[in-house]
Amino acid sequence: MKQNLLKELQLIVGKENVLSSREDLVCYSYDAAPLLVHSLPYGVVLPSSTEEVVNLLRLAKASGIKVVPRGAGTNLSGGTIPIKGGIIIQLTRMSHILEIDSDNLTATVEPGVITSTLQSAVEQVGLFYPPDPASANVSTLGGNVAECAGGLRGLKYGTTKDYVIGLETVLPSGEVMVTGGKTIKNRAGYDLTKLMVGSEGTLGIFTKITLRLLPLPETKRTLLIMYPNFQYAAESVSDIIAHRILPATLEFLDGVTINCVEAYTHIGLPQNAQAILLIEVDGSSWDTEWEAKKVAEICSRHQPLEAKLALTPSESTSLTLARRSALASLARVRPTTILEDVTVPPSKLMEIMSKINQIAKTHNIQVGIFGHAGDGNLHPTFLTDGRDEEEMKRVEAAITEVFEVTLKLGGTISGEHGIGLTKARFLPSQVKPSGLKVMKAIKEGFDPQNILNPGKIFTEYSP
Amino acid sequence: MRCGLCLAVCPVYRELGIEPSGPRGRVALIRAVAESKLSISKNLAQYIYTCLDCLACASVCPPGVRVNELVSRTKVQINQELPPPLLRRLALQNVLPFPERLKLFLLPFYLYQQTGLQRVVHRLKITDAVPARWRDLEYLLPPLRRKPLRDQLKEVVPAKGVRKHRVGYFLGCAQDWIFTSTALATVAVLTENSVEVVIPKEQRCCGSPHAGYGDIEQARKLAKRNIDVFASAGVELIVTDCATCGSFTKAYRDLLKDDPDYSESALAFGGRVRDIAEFLSQDINLRQDLGEVKERVTYHDPCHLARGQNVVLEPRRLLNLIPGLELVEMKEPDWCCGGAGTYLLGHYALSTRILDRKMTNVAATNADFIATGCPGCQLQLRLGVKRARLNAQVLHPIELLNRAYQLAQCRHGFSA
Repeated sequence: MKQNLLKELQLIVGKENVLSSREDLVCYSYDAAPLLVHSLPYGVVLPSSTEEVVNLLRLAKASGIKVVPRGAGTNLSGGTIPIKGGIIIQLTRMSHILEIDSDNLTATVEPGVITSTLQSAVEQVGLFYPPDPASANVSTLGGNVAECAGGLRGLKYGTTKDYVIGLETVLPSGEVMVTGGKTIKNRAGYDLTKLMVGSEGTLGIFTKITLRLLPLPETKRTLLIMYPNFQYAAESVSDIIAHRILPATLEFLDGVTINCVEAYTHIGLPQNAQAILLIEVDGSSWDTEWEAKKVAEICSRHQPLEAKLALTPSESTSLTLARRSALASLARVRPTTILEDVTVPPSKLMEIMSKINQIAKTHNIQVGIFGHAGDGNLHPTFLTDGRDEEEMKRVEAAITEVFEVTLKLGGTISGEHGIGLTKARFLPSQVKPSGLKVMKAIKEGFDPQNILNPGKIFTEYSP
Repeated sequence: MRCGLCLAVCPVYRELGIEPSGPRGRVALIRAVAESKLSISKNLAQYIYTCLDCLACASVCPPGVRVNELVSRTKVQINQELPPPLLRRLALQNVLPFPERLKLFLLPFYLYQQTGLQRVVHRLKITDAVPARWRDLEYLLPPLRRKPLRDQLKEVVPAKGVRKHRVGYFLGCAQDWIFTSTALATVAVLTENSVEVVIPKEQRCCGSPHAGYGDIEQARKLAKRNIDVFASAGVELIVTDCATCGSFTKAYRDLLKDDPDYSESALAFGGRVRDIAEFLSQDINLRQDLGEVKERVTYHDPCHLARGQNVVLEPRRLLNLIPGLELVEMKEPDWCCGGAGTYLLGHYALSTRILDRKMTNVAATNADFIATGCPGCQLQLRLGVKRARLNAQVLHPIELLNRAYQLAQCRHGFSA
């Protein structure tokens, strides 16, 4: 059976585009999620065209074999781990930018295009694709759409869902579905394009993606503000928004993160700093100048220890260093790093921060928190050791409690990483039975045989 | 942590786009071997050996996993469990460590070039009839010499004028046999700057090619030999103009850390090694009497210099000292050229794809010279120039500096 399947896969995509050695399979048993569950696929195929994807899904339908779509495998929710075996369809060979349409402000790409490759290509012609997940230099746009990737510019520019306006999707039946197009307004029945965004590879495989673009902002200004406690920082954030200013970036680091960053980079952050805000405003040079001044003025009312405004691009790069080093600095403290992404309405920032710290203290767990203050998306980063079962249990308990308080504050268990495997068991508590029922009905409508990415989003498919 | 940020900077992953050919995949394979989920196999070895050892992954890894060290250790394991091909074993164990045998080994190639056979082959366009792979390899064969440079250089080359410093010169195999002009330029620039240069005849290959193929024992033997030889040379610092020799000898301490007799001297040795650009910019006051070299130059960062030794600004500073010289930065100057020692021999198609990416960036600078501080890169870039049909010359930055000194002397000669 397995040998026959491999032959058929080779017939569809060519021998050189099927990987099936044990070494290959080991390399597709994981993604970026900090999970100990690894599971080998039967094989990995790398198609080069929509037609090949169609044939692969027809074969899957006929043979009942499971299919896991994959881009660069940088998602943090276990979304590409083949827990039910099956074949992995990796779309990195479909990596052409098909069109950058400057008249209609759109780009049409194949799913394997690397996010930053598209960003630099559109910037060449004065256009802008804002979503910028931390993995943008390697993640694929197909993966970004499937996971609805976010990034640092969420507050002002939204996330991937706000840019996808057209899709060509191969359905589990092998049919090709074309939804949306190049128009921003499009009211033809249900908005299936938006439904597909964030579907985590459970409903279909994207083969063409049309994205809307914006004009590239003329300039940007970067500010770094340090505070003696988190409350002042949180108040500054509220105050900035109260003044109706939307910075492109409004990032924060907490005290634990600051200490780790300083220990790792020695960039000279003040010793008594317990919170840092990194703020970037962008737009026309006129507006930017005014906004930067205004933001500095607002922040200075909240007793900062120090405020820095970058005047040149290289100064701006040095100001962003602390934020850019946050994950690396935390990751060096303990063997295992668990990065969460709970999100609350921005006004609840202070509350969720103290709750998380309380919970960590109760369970005697180390946690550093950084993230996107502007859109309320936090990355509580648990520093632990995956080999220590007892400690991992405490981490589990702490994370569960963090989810509970997040929901109580009107937040979500995932701002940008998705549900995948890691959060499947928490989803029902957020979407409630009615929501779950509709979601399952959608899944069954698209994929009655449960071929595509089984075990993700919903727990009952888990092993 | 398996964030995958390393994939963005891995030249091999960026060409092939498959997980086992990227750093994260290699680490997963190595871990699976350690956990006895995989055994050492030919297939595994192939994936491990797609690594260029360019160090890019380790330089961006958030938790700081030293992928290159894991790969090196696995190569040792592979070397122990899978017998290496006879030819490679002979070359690494029985030829390269012995200058006299190397001379014999290179003789046929030398004769091929000197008897006019190579000219005949080129004129009859025999190279056009063979596959591109062999044609490129033939082209890569650099002009060889009958005798290595060490036979011609004096063991002690005195400083010009008053002696202010005395250093050892680590003469790499490539400099000894192929890029003798680099070595001569290095010695000339040093002596020009009142440095006496000691070139011990008994020094041997640094051992990097051996370690690169997992033959750690041979690498250790060579390291010990070099440590002993330079210990008796009576020099404080040891200068090299080869990025790979430099990064490898600086790391002798890791190679010999468990050796009770050598761990200390290896540590000390590493601390005394300087790349030539590093030495000239930090250890002495460089003579600034330089003639004008009106050329457009671009600089390629060798992996083992930029990431291996953190020498990035120094070579640029030297080039910028030269009056008239215009240094034009290329895009991605520190992206590997695909040379990586003998990578072209084993991975021809991949190596040239990586090279072509580099040459696109080189071509955009419109430079007359491509300067780089590594003979391996020099060889590869020479091939790149030919493949891209550019009109540029590849050389070591020290050669441009030497030219500037020579031009200054000419000027003085005329005015005298």
